[in-house]
Amino acid sequence: MSHGPPAAAPWLDPAAVPFVRIEGLTKRFGEFVAVDAVDLAIYKGELFSILGASGCGKTTLLRMLAGLERPSAGRIWIDGVEVSGLPPYERPVNMMFQSYALFPHMTVEQNVAYGLRKEGVPSAEVKQRVAEMLALVRLTPHARAKPAQISGGQSQRVALARALIKRPKVLLLDEPLAALDKKLREHTQFELANVQDRLGVTFIVVTHDQEEAMTLSTRIAVMDAGRFVQIGTPGEIYENPNSRFVADFVGNINLLDGVVESCAGGEAVVRCDELATRVVVRHEGALPVGAAVCVALRPEKILIHKEPPADGGPGVRGVVFDLAYFGNLSLYRVRTPGGKIVEVSAQNRRREARRHLEWDDEVHLSWDKGSALLLER
Amino acid sequence: MPRNRVRRPTWQRIGLLLPYAWLLLFFLAPFLIVLKISFADPVVAQPPFTPLFDPTRPEGARFYATLDNYRFVLGDRVYLLTYLNSTALAAMSTLLCLLLGYPMAYGIARARPATRHTLLLLVILPFWTSFLLRVYAWMGLLGTHGTLNRVLLWAGAIDRPLEILYTDTAVFLGMVYSYLPFMILPLYANLVRLEQDHLDAAADLGARPARVFLDVTLPLSLPGVVAGCLLVLIPAMGEFVIPALLGGSDSLMIGRVVYDEFFLNRDWPVAAAVAVLLLLLLVGPIALFQRTQAREEGE
Amino acid sequence: MRDRSTFLLLALGFGFAFLYLPILLVILYSFNESRLVTLWGGFSLRWYAELFRSRDVLDAALLSLRIAAVSATGATVLGTLAGYALARMGPFRGRLLFTAMISAPLVVPEVITGLSLLLLFVSLDAAIGWPSTRGATTIAIGHVTFSTAYVAVIVRSRLVGMDVSLEEAAMDLGGRPLRVLFDVTLPVISPAIVSAWLLAFTLSIDDLVISSFVSGPGATTLPMLIFSKVRLGVTPDVNALATLVIALVAIGVVIAGFVLRRRAAAAERV
Repeated sequence: MSHGPPAAAPWLDPAAVPFVRIEGLTKRFGEFVAVDAVDLAIYKGELFSILGASGCGKTTLLRMLAGLERPSAGRIWIDGVEVSGLPPYERPVNMMFQSYALFPHMTVEQNVAYGLRKEGVPSAEVKQRVAEMLALVRLTPHARAKPAQISGGQSQRVALARALIKRPKVLLLDEPLAALDKKLREHTQFELANVQDRLGVTFIVVTHDQEEAMTLSTRIAVMDAGRFVQIGTPGEIYENPNSRFVADFVGNINLLDGVVESCAGGEAVVRCDELATRVVVRHEGALPVGAAVCVALRPEKILIHKEPPADGGPGVRGVVFDLAYFGNLSLYRVRTPGGKIVEVSAQNRRREARRHLEWDDEVHLSWDKGSALLLER
Repeated sequence: MPRNRVRRPTWQRIGLLLPYAWLLLFFLAPFLIVLKISFADPVVAQPPFTPLFDPTRPEGARFYATLDNYRFVLGDRVYLLTYLNSTALAAMSTLLCLLLGYPMAYGIARARPATRHTLLLLVILPFWTSFLLRVYAWMGLLGTHGTLNRVLLWAGAIDRPLEILYTDTAVFLGMVYSYLPFMILPLYANLVRLEQDHLDAAADLGARPARVFLDVTLPLSLPGVVAGCLLVLIPAMGEFVIPALLGGSDSLMIGRVVYDEFFLNRDWPVAAAVAVLLLLLLVGPIALFQRTQAREEGE
Repeated sequence: MRDRSTFLLLALGFGFAFLYLPILLVILYSFNESRLVTLWGGFSLRWYAELFRSRDVLDAALLSLRIAAVSATGATVLGTLAGYALARMGPFRGRLLFTAMISAPLVVPEVITGLSLLLLFVSLDAAIGWPSTRGATTIAIGHVTFSTAYVAVIVRSRLVGMDVSLEEAAMDLGGRPLRVLFDVTLPVISPAIVSAWLLAFTLSIDDLVISSFVSGPGATTLPMLIFSKVRLGVTPDVNALATLVIALVAIGVVIAGFVLRRRAAAAERV
């Protein structure tokens, strides 16, 4: 679903010019700092997500981009033009609101046509473009309906059509999938990505749902307390989190405290009392002996067996403390001799009615030394 | 609107100025004029009171203000009794409106949505028909030859007609009757927002119905109670029509006194002083009312 | 439903009986042949006939209607502006005073507002020569003044309850703020504005005290006329008038309810 990057990763190309540039953007509400001097560069054609928990400032940031909120400090450029002081009706930016904000007294057609009419586009052209857009989002039969008469998913498509028909340089989306149920959410993810691909518009999405961010985006910015904690592709964020916060925020992860015993040749040996063993972790760069670290290990990277690992490697012994069966996979919580609970997820690769691991079973956990990474404690 | 836009567009300035200027001129300024006239003497002239500032008078006597009117009103036992009576009657009417209106509002709020609509309509309907005519209706009911007396006489409950009309009792009944919708509506608006879930939760935790009411419903409905009581009490204290039609010559109500002092005695300064004193009495409740309105705004 | 519901039903029953009994009696007696209002003399429509023959009743009714239409419109304009200012303009200099002036007319006794308005007109006349005669205009001014408060409260609370993102979306799509007011805000709150107009109309047509204070020779409104008639006691033609008013209002309310319900049903039809 994350269709390929617009051009081969323009954010890696030092010569590439950002389409949306933010410098030192800040928003204060009295004493409270909602957005704390953030910088950001987004490239044309990206589907960029800002991911964070509620209250982290992501919606405020989006509203400043739209012009609905006046920054306390900082500047914004879109396609080379500074828009920092411009009101929302003068920016080449459109927003899809979380509540969709469809005008209840206008029909679907009139809603979609609104932006074009404000531009002064002649009636005949308006009619034609509205018809095209309604066909694109498959709402032609509902053209004359009022917002109260259409479903949630249809309302969203109207909101999308209404914003896109103006051919904005950037489309801002505020929690686009939040109001939809699970099935509809998956369907809409496809649709959004599709539409973006066809029209080549740069999308900036704000969301608290990390699944949404992961599946849709070219790049994600994880935000906390008004600041960006990490910016990267979904893969980078997931497999190379730069902090405990990001590691914990996106997906599930095991965080095991340890002390560095040695670090050389791209490998570090860490003593983990919680696991009652030493683990070897692939690590570039140097770490002082005795440094307190955190071994971060995703549940799906761990292998769980009744028998000790065949290669005699750094297995960890434990007892199945709890398990949850999801059909396609099982989630195990294993208690190690050190008292720590480690989460392991395993695909149910074999078709068997009776689980092969049960509560209180003794198990062995193993993983590849490249599967874990070290983070600051 | 971008929430901290510093410059306000012209049309907004004009839009605000129009009602502001109107109210300043036709609502606030008049009060100040009443205040000014309360310090004047009555004269046989047009207008029938002495001006505050008269440039034709000799130096030193140009400004003329007197406390005579206030001394007169405050020194007269009848006036003081009237203020007291008005307050007492208004307070009692408010209480009875509350006692009758609360269960009614509660009943309507708890009803099914379809019935609720009809019931509300039935409450509002009298409100939209002429206030004057509804008070007038009571005259027919309470008179010596009125319907109430006829029914009671015919039923043998009394052997002489009751003198209700032109007494304080009639005024009292008329007030409760006229102001009941003003109590029900704010109470209803508050009670209808009460979530059934809260009440069920209380019951689930072991509270008996009476306790649920005392511990949950009553406290949550307090803002509605306060709003309703003030919406009745304040205007009731200065009520004119009801005492004029249903009250007797010994029904002392301040609203009627202002009217009579003005139109019958033609003593404008005294009428003004009476009005100012009434306003002073009401300043507290009015401020309280505005506080409850402001709190609604903040929600 | 538990025992408490019987109490509620009793309260509701008693309350509604209390509210409606006097009205029903008036309606009944309006058809009474006898001049002695409470002595039934047979069914008759003579009081209705007399009503329609009565010149001063018709004149007064027309005057009241004219004043009501004008003042309701004026109050709706001013009140909508005031409600918008309070709901959308955030803090501004003099906001506290403005809020006070908007909510005070709701509770200040009418004798005080009436008296103060009259004194204003008298002082203005002495100072600048206007208004030289009091009548329909001064009554209308008085009505606009207190009705504006009611309209403002209705409009303000409707605006506060309205989804702000509608206006933001309109601006985002290119609408300048004044355009957004007419394109989105006013249409969305239009039912509230209409009901505010109706309320202002009712308040005006029903007003006695303020009209009495600020009126002048030759300008007698319907309530003023009724009041002068009934000061002395119950009269049969007023019964007929009352019934007519009640009937008109009831019809109006029923029609309004009907229209609203049809509109709600149409909105739900997919």
